[in-house]
Amino acid sequence: MDGTSEVGLRINGKPFSRVIDNRTTLLDLLREQAGVTGPKKGCDHGQCGACTVLLDGDRRVNACLLLAVSLDGADVTTVEGLADGDRLHPVQQAFVDHDGFQCGFCTPGQICSAVAAIAEARAGWPSVVTPPDTPPGPVEPTAAEIRERMSGNLCRCGAYVNIVAAVREVAR
Amino acid sequence: MTTLPRVTGEAVARIEARDKVTGAASYAADHPLDGLTHAWPVTATVARGDITAVDDSEALRDPAVLAVLTHANAPRLADAGDPMVAVLRSPHVAHHGQIVALAVAETLEAARAAAGAVRVTYDEQPHDVVLTADRPGLYTPDEVNAGHPADRRRGDFDAAYAASEITVDAVYEVTPLHNHPMEPHAATAVWDGDALTVFDSNQGSTVVRSTLAALFEVDEADVRVVSEHVGGGFGSKGTPRPHVALAALAAKAVGRPVRLALPRNRIAAVTGHRAPTIQRVRLGADADGHIDALAHETVTQTSTLTEFVEQASVSSRMMYASPHSLTTHRVARLDVPSPSWMRAPGECPGMFALESAMDELASACGLDPVELRIRNEPPVEPDSGRPFSSRHLVDCLREGARRFGWHDRDPRPAVGRDGPLLIGSGVAASTYPVWVFPSHAEAYAGSDGRYEVRVNATDIGTGARTVLTQIAADALGVPLDLVRVSIGRGDLPAGSVAGGSSGTASWGWPVHKACTDLRQRVSDAGGHVPDGGLFVRADTEQEAGGGTEYSRHAFGAQFAEVQVDTVTGEVRVRRMLGVFAAGHILNPRTARSQFIGGMTMGLGMALTEGSFLDPEFGDFTERDLASYHVAACADVPEIDVHWIDEDDPHLNPMGSKGIGEIGIVGAAAALANAVHHATGMRVRRLPIHPDTILLGL
Repeated sequence: MDGTSEVGLRINGKPFSRVIDNRTTLLDLLREQAGVTGPKKGCDHGQCGACTVLLDGDRRVNACLLLAVSLDGADVTTVEGLADGDRLHPVQQAFVDHDGFQCGFCTPGQICSAVAAIAEARAGWPSVVTPPDTPPGPVEPTAAEIRERMSGNLCRCGAYVNIVAAVREVAR
Repeated sequence: MTTLPRVTGEAVARIEARDKVTGAASYAADHPLDGLTHAWPVTATVARGDITAVDDSEALRDPAVLAVLTHANAPRLADAGDPMVAVLRSPHVAHHGQIVALAVAETLEAARAAAGAVRVTYDEQPHDVVLTADRPGLYTPDEVNAGHPADRRRGDFDAAYAASEITVDAVYEVTPLHNHPMEPHAATAVWDGDALTVFDSNQGSTVVRSTLAALFEVDEADVRVVSEHVGGGFGSKGTPRPHVALAALAAKAVGRPVRLALPRNRIAAVTGHRAPTIQRVRLGADADGHIDALAHETVTQTSTLTEFVEQASVSSRMMYASPHSLTTHRVARLDVPSPSWMRAPGECPGMFALESAMDELASACGLDPVELRIRNEPPVEPDSGRPFSSRHLVDCLREGARRFGWHDRDPRPAVGRDGPLLIGSGVAASTYPVWVFPSHAEAYAGSDGRYEVRVNATDIGTGARTVLTQIAADALGVPLDLVRVSIGRGDLPAGSVAGGSSGTASWGWPVHKACTDLRQRVSDAGGHVPDGGLFVRADTEQEAGGGTEYSRHAFGAQFAEVQVDTVTGEVRVRRMLGVFAAGHILNPRTARSQFIGGMTMGLGMALTEGSFLDPEFGDFTERDLASYHVAACADVPEIDVHWIDEDDPHLNPMGSKGIGEIGIVGAAAALANAVHHATGMRVRRLPIHPDTILLGL
């Protein structure tokens, strides 16, 4: 059949394979075909971050910007895949504790993004606000670092103050 | 029987918190349905005209495409009295971006491609989309938003202003602003015979249900609207918007479930926006800063489809003592997308103007801006002469000044410097009226000791579900975990819209009433609920339906510190502080989030958000989140919020005032005033972008 490909990936640890329309984004595959609706479509243009998921470990990506056919063999973690059974992931728990959301629509993306942002800082990746004379090694998760690293995820309710507090608590 | 400690006033965590952090919370586009199909809109590429032809032959070539609906072939909707949902009824195009066709297909990919392949031709007519303060066609509306009179006059403004020692005369401008809730407007619709089920994103499914029933001429009882979780609205989902009518229409046309999630870049044109305002404010005072004359004259625009008039001058009717007052609204009917509610319509842009003018008056009088406001505190509401039910603006100003360290500040402008950065601070007052609307609720006591409360509230992120559970638990006198509150469904007892900061009061009141009654019945039954349970209904048609002898408003004071980069022109906020007086705060955790959220949106309004109606193509040039800059995490500093708890017996049984909107009111003025203090430059047009700063320094 024209314009289709078979793709196989792992979504939150479970294998998922299907013949898909080549135009299908990872976000639409997750939401419309795999029944994984945690990742949200806020803009479909990589502008808001509501669809942020983790690829092959801790790499955060905008699922709306990736064609699913390019991800054969990939391992995708969404917000649904973070908790350990009934035990919330520390970032999820911190969002609850700090009221890091209101409407909750950007939250799945914020949380995935935060998980990766913390890992990136721990791995010593600098950001634009990291002082140039910072020695190699984990970057201190200051409020400025967190604000910068979390700026790919918009929140219209204005929960940033609480999001920063939540991420900071886990990053420490 | 022991008395339980009250849970209203406690920082209870959101009941749905776990669902929201695990992805389990289902929004309008998240519900799986067998045989689901997808729709994609085709929007008008002219700002005014008539459709002469629609060529769907290319679109229909893909067998996955089920239909291309237009005014010519769609089932005809009845008139529900709301032009915003009168979709695909007419070949006339009233504005650029209007939805003129809808492609429906088996998959999202096919629907999108089909929409792109539809060719619409128009008989294009000249359009008129440019608002100026002196343009022809400005008229005085019968009333402005929220039912206020367009014009009010007290005393003799002209004479008093002419006789004033100190005067300020300035024009303030706010561009169109877009709500942009993170969840784009979406609906999933399915028909079963004449029965319609819709999963919809809205701020009030009671009205969505009645509107759909009217549009499709079916019984309300046959329309089920589910809106359990809503990804923000900020007014843009306050009434039914086109997406829900289109989804239901398409589902009827193709005989399958249809999902329509509007693409982000189509939202600005069809779901409402804050209309631009041009506001002239004149203040006349004596040398001590006592205002004698106050004029606030607003010019704004509406569309040819609806008349919505942003009531920007109304807060000037009640804020300050002003023996001679003139407040007016003039509006132009243009070929533009329809404006609507956006967080604190009227108060938000209006208080940017008034509170900026107050800062200018303070400068002109050589007075501290906090002191100026205190001097103009009115004994009663100036416009109506009614007493305030409670008014703690002065306390907010004083408490805020103390916490902010306001009095350590050098009042001279443009003296704070840190290398290339100019540092300044500003203050502004906030206000928002108390609204309460009639609503209904039911409460049920089970013989197992559990309670269920039903009210069609909508939680758009406010924490409504949580605070209503707190109110119910207290009224029942039982622990929180024994009470389950059901909200967000059109078949629940009718609830008013989640708008006007009215939700907690409007829904909480009948919940309180029903639960108080139920508690009595349980007590009458000897404390034992019989098999089959006990059930009561309550409504507030009487209590909430009438007027009041009091002027009821929440107040606040906002303080901000900014740094202005003299090299780049960038304004960054260093800190913000808000102190509010809004009745009893029922949940400090969610209340704090709402205050901060409003202030954050106000920061965006001041510094990042702006939209421009292009005169050539007649639509907004900023239509997505890359061009319309919602403040991002890095834009927002620490925001500190406090409140003064008010004991106001003239509100509702909970003693609460609304808190969803007041945070945005005054925030932009506090920031603009801080920019003036930092630079000596008065910016009267928002947003304050680097080019404005660089050109002005």
